[in-house]
Amino acid sequence: MLGLVFVGLIVAWLIVNAIKEPIDFFNVFLIGLTQGAVYALVALGYTLVYGILQLINFAHGDVFALSGLFSTTILLSVFGITDASTTGAIVLALGATFLIVAAFGALVNCSIEFVAYRRLRNAPRLSVLITAVGMSFIVQNISLAIYDVNAHSIPPLVSSSSVFNIHGVHYSWDQFFVILVTAPVLVLLSWLVKTTKQGKAMRATSQDPEAAAIMGIDVNRTISFTFALAGGLAGVGAVLFLTEFNMRYDTGFTLGLIAFTAAVLGGIGNLPGAVLGGLVIGFVESFNNGLGWHAPGSDWTQSIIFALLIAILVFRPEGLLGERTPEGA
Amino acid sequence: MATRSHRARASARGYRERFTKASGRSRVGVWWRKLPPWVRGYSVLITVVTLAVTYPFYVDNLPTNIPVILSFPSLHDSVTILVFVMMAVGLNVVVGYAGLLDLGYVAFYAIGAYTAGWLASGQFQQVNVHVGSVGVGSAERGIHVSVWMVLLIAGIVTAVGGILIGLPTLRLRGDYLAIVTLGFGEIIPQFVRNADNLHGFDLTHGTFGISPIDAPGFGGSLHSALGLPVRYDDSFPPTPDRLFYWTMLGLLLLTVFCSFRLRDSRLGRAWIAIREDETAAGAMGIPLMRTKTWSYAIGAFFGGIAGAYIATFNSGAFPTQFDFNISVFLLCMVILGGMGSLWGVVVAGTILAWLNFDGLGNIGGWLNQNTPLNIDVPKYSFGIYGLLIVLMMLFRPTGLIPERRRKLEIEEGTHGPLDESLYEMRSANEPGAGERGSPGRQPRG
Repeated sequence: MLGLVFVGLIVAWLIVNAIKEPIDFFNVFLIGLTQGAVYALVALGYTLVYGILQLINFAHGDVFALSGLFSTTILLSVFGITDASTTGAIVLALGATFLIVAAFGALVNCSIEFVAYRRLRNAPRLSVLITAVGMSFIVQNISLAIYDVNAHSIPPLVSSSSVFNIHGVHYSWDQFFVILVTAPVLVLLSWLVKTTKQGKAMRATSQDPEAAAIMGIDVNRTISFTFALAGGLAGVGAVLFLTEFNMRYDTGFTLGLIAFTAAVLGGIGNLPGAVLGGLVIGFVESFNNGLGWHAPGSDWTQSIIFALLIAILVFRPEGLLGERTPEGA
Repeated sequence: MATRSHRARASARGYRERFTKASGRSRVGVWWRKLPPWVRGYSVLITVVTLAVTYPFYVDNLPTNIPVILSFPSLHDSVTILVFVMMAVGLNVVVGYAGLLDLGYVAFYAIGAYTAGWLASGQFQQVNVHVGSVGVGSAERGIHVSVWMVLLIAGIVTAVGGILIGLPTLRLRGDYLAIVTLGFGEIIPQFVRNADNLHGFDLTHGTFGISPIDAPGFGGSLHSALGLPVRYDDSFPPTPDRLFYWTMLGLLLLTVFCSFRLRDSRLGRAWIAIREDETAAGAMGIPLMRTKTWSYAIGAFFGGIAGAYIATFNSGAFPTQFDFNISVFLLCMVILGGMGSLWGVVVAGTILAWLNFDGLGNIGGWLNQNTPLNIDVPKYSFGIYGLLIVLMMLFRPTGLIPERRRKLEIEEGTHGPLDESLYEMRSANEPGAGERGSPGRQPRG
């Protein structure tokens, strides 16, 4: 009941904002969509791993940051992309970067699983969780050792000219680019999980690892594959993030937590839920930062998101789309 | 069966050999082994406490060119180290005794520090309240409560905070609880940073923090009667540091004593029962929520006092002190020492806190001077702590000085719901979620 009132108030607040400043409102909406897409990619990584191991992979956000920093090296040093590069070179380089960085993220995530989590398969859950926190710091410090404390960025590779511009509502190509990459990736992922044999193995392992093993599924390989998939998504997300923002060695920590919130919001372990959660969190962030009428402002964004996380875990641990499972209670 | 008993005998032989090798030759060793265990325990304790109490007198005469570690911590750093040990002991109540993973302990530290900031400084210029404060002119505006009272109030306020955080969240399972506490640990510093303009009201003075904060002291009458200091920070160095050090040592010993007594109390046994098997504990009539909330409240109480003390010691409470990193750092102390093992946590806490303030810098300096390496070691401190955590979890999950009971739990694999192994066969209607007893794992889409 209280929840409904609260949601009602938020909707009312949004409507008032939309009426007062419609142009701002829709611009902010489009920003939220872009950010939400990146969050969705990272949140999927959390959800995939949680679905199969019931483990919150704290290191995921840091894998994201390390992949992002690695992509700056690839783009700037290996391919030598600058502002002045030709369109053809940029397209080729970006495409290759996506592939390389996704592979890199997959490799890092798999190594983490291989080095740490695999040895703890029969250990108490608490131990694995604590190990994940430790791994997060290790990966973060690897980024720190290689890329130091300064923020890294790439030149604006995608033009910021408008896809459309209706009465001041401006949707630029670099924003659209994020969706343009995310959407096929999501379709691909959904195909992979739903129809391929490997996807079937993943679903089986997530439901019951013992039974899956009895049925001849190589559980360890399936888990590694899941980590690789999660790492790859983080890699793609990281490159997309870099087209909009710059990145530091510790960017991953907060972003990872926010993405985790998105995964929990959608229902952890639930793939469409993670995407939905990512979009919702993206909107929460952009509306809070961008709207003019009685918005708390960007100082409070993180607090609001974490408060949301706590509220979901306390009142609806199964998330928006999840089923009620013992993991939630 | 035969192989196992054979192996056991072989290991016993090996143990005996090692034992004789280690102490058989020296007479002192034999004599030491013959003493009853309680004498051994107490003599070690008394020696360590004596060394700690007299530390201010010989710290300046200690060598400063020891290989690798270079020097022992200065008195000023020792106070901070002890504060961190106290917090680790507090966290041990939550993580070690009750088995609840708390990744936001820094929130309690922050609440404690800011309570001290509000009650013993000129933060609220609108009012002029003096309650037993020493060395503060009555014309100075703001709230000035005696720091001794502030310590206690901070503990209580933080304990209430712990209960408020705990009540809605403690029914969640282990990893969700960890995330919720982490969320609180992130919200509170941000709140503190932003709360300098709550509809025009300056609650925390934003990024500048609250400073200065009053120092503890004994006031004029005790000063003239017993010669106790009026106020800790109004004499010449090194006296203030010494006073702060001794007070902190006293607080720490008190904390350790309380923690010890708590562990063996009815409440402590209930915590350990919950840690070992929540469902069974509930079935034996232990009120789960109340017991868990108590562990939170007591852990928070110690954290709050430690936070308030460091605020008065540093004469300030600043938002940058309350990173998530600190929570992990404290957790690392508890894990390194052995979850639930009080002495382990004290020893590991001292070592790690020292590493954090001096040790890593010293060791790095020594390495850079004596080897071709050139690494800025303190920069990677948290990577090192992370590595420590992972290595401990992989190779010695019971910690450096394992608690006997915890060791049995980990080795025998009696897992409570929180300790569930990743792959444990559970039948369909076995309760997997503690008190609610909801059905076991269900297939998910």
